[in-house]
Amino acid sequence: MSIGTLTREVFDIKDLNLWYGEHHALKSINFPINKKEVTAIIGPSGCGKSTFIKTLNLMINMVPNVKMTGEINFNGQNVLNEKIDLVDLRKHVGMVFQKGNPFPQSIYDNIAYGPRIHGVKRKKDLDEIVTKSLMDVALWDEVKDRLHAPALGLSGGQQQRLCIARALATKPDVLLMDEPTSALDPISTLKIEELILELKEKYTIVIVTHNMQQASRVSDKTAFFLMGELIELDSTSTIFSNPKDSRTEGYITGRFG
Amino acid sequence: MSTRANFDQNLKELKSMLLKMASKSEYAIKEAMIALINQDIEKAKHVIKADSEINELEHEINDKALLLIARESPVASDLRKINVALKVSSEVERMADMAVNIAKSAVHIGEEKHIKELVDIPNMMERALDMVAESITAYYSEDITIAKKCAEKDDEVDKMFGRLIQELLGYIPQNPSSTNQIIQLAFVCRFLERIADHSTNIAENVIYLVTGQRIDLNA
Repeated sequence: MSIGTLTREVFDIKDLNLWYGEHHALKSINFPINKKEVTAIIGPSGCGKSTFIKTLNLMINMVPNVKMTGEINFNGQNVLNEKIDLVDLRKHVGMVFQKGNPFPQSIYDNIAYGPRIHGVKRKKDLDEIVTKSLMDVALWDEVKDRLHAPALGLSGGQQQRLCIARALATKPDVLLMDEPTSALDPISTLKIEELILELKEKYTIVIVTHNMQQASRVSDKTAFFLMGELIELDSTSTIFSNPKDSRTEGYITGRFG
Repeated sequence: MSTRANFDQNLKELKSMLLKMASKSEYAIKEAMIALINQDIEKAKHVIKADSEINELEHEINDKALLLIARESPVASDLRKINVALKVSSEVERMADMAVNIAKSAVHIGEEKHIKELVDIPNMMERALDMVAESITAYYSEDITIAKKCAEKDDEVDKMFGRLIQELLGYIPQNPSSTNQIIQLAFVCRFLERIADHSTNIAENVIYLVTGQRIDLNA
């Protein structure tokens, strides 16, 4: 896969349809995702937002009976049509989930895991990646004296930042975050939000969130999904001040349904 | 089940507080003008004194609006409703200040006989009060047609103002001893013109409330 083309869009999704068996879960989604922007995806449970984000690195392929049509162009290549090396795709499109899910290994080995499977062997190189990744997520000062302690001994917020660092260690272009703070306390949540604002200097971020204030705080673009459809995609300030679709307005003002 | 019944109730209360404040301001303008026309100093003094109630209402509206912002994290039309309530309350408060100014002019003129019967100034007052009533109706019913209709009248009031000022200043050479009265009446014209401007601002806020677009109706 060739990376680094100079288009503004890192992803360009065209007419994407997805079925779980008979259930039509995503309906004709057209969705450009710009480089170095934070795109938030909001919508009620079951609207397809998590399904959508999982199509971007084809994590969705792990669900049985999934069928997709349309295009998911990543840096100009349709990952649905071409023979894609999934490990390589996921190196470029990292993902973080609702709850920190560190491997039952040391802090160091969690971060070094990705680079190792991609062939980085020298301890000096790995040390550098581990240090830099932990610094990027502002976890370095908190863990530098216990890099070889078990990652599962960290607090929930620290575990989540560790998982972000683990995703960053393979130098991805895109970071997918599926409700990354839903299991965290308010202060840890704000730390992750601050981190998102810092990371967008270097990465493209797509975040699924149930917290609309979070979407309005951290994102440049916001997309509203409803029953498998992309209802509205616009700048976050427009979505939260004057959305065009009354269904968006109903959802964000809490008067939905 | 309604998901935000309590919030909706609070937004309604905010609006009715503002309507109460607006009707008090409207009443104050009328009373001030009656005091001026009838040279009723006691009435004028009452208008000046009653202004504190309107100021108090503005503070209550501000406090409630800020509490709702803090508590409900409003967005989109909810946020516009609160934002507009804050802005309209401040326009209404300024209108009431104009009523106080008119009342003060009435006190300054006192019982000195008017240089002529006041005809055009009461006419101008009628126009300005029409605009006040229309702007408040537009706000109450969130009706942009009424808002635009209100703003269209502002030109007419501006023209009346220009004409009346010229006329009043023209009286000074023949009535030098009434200069104070003439200046006070010119001030009153200015206050009425400002009241019309505040109504126009309210109309602009109504358009923003309904459409999310900011437009300048004064231009």
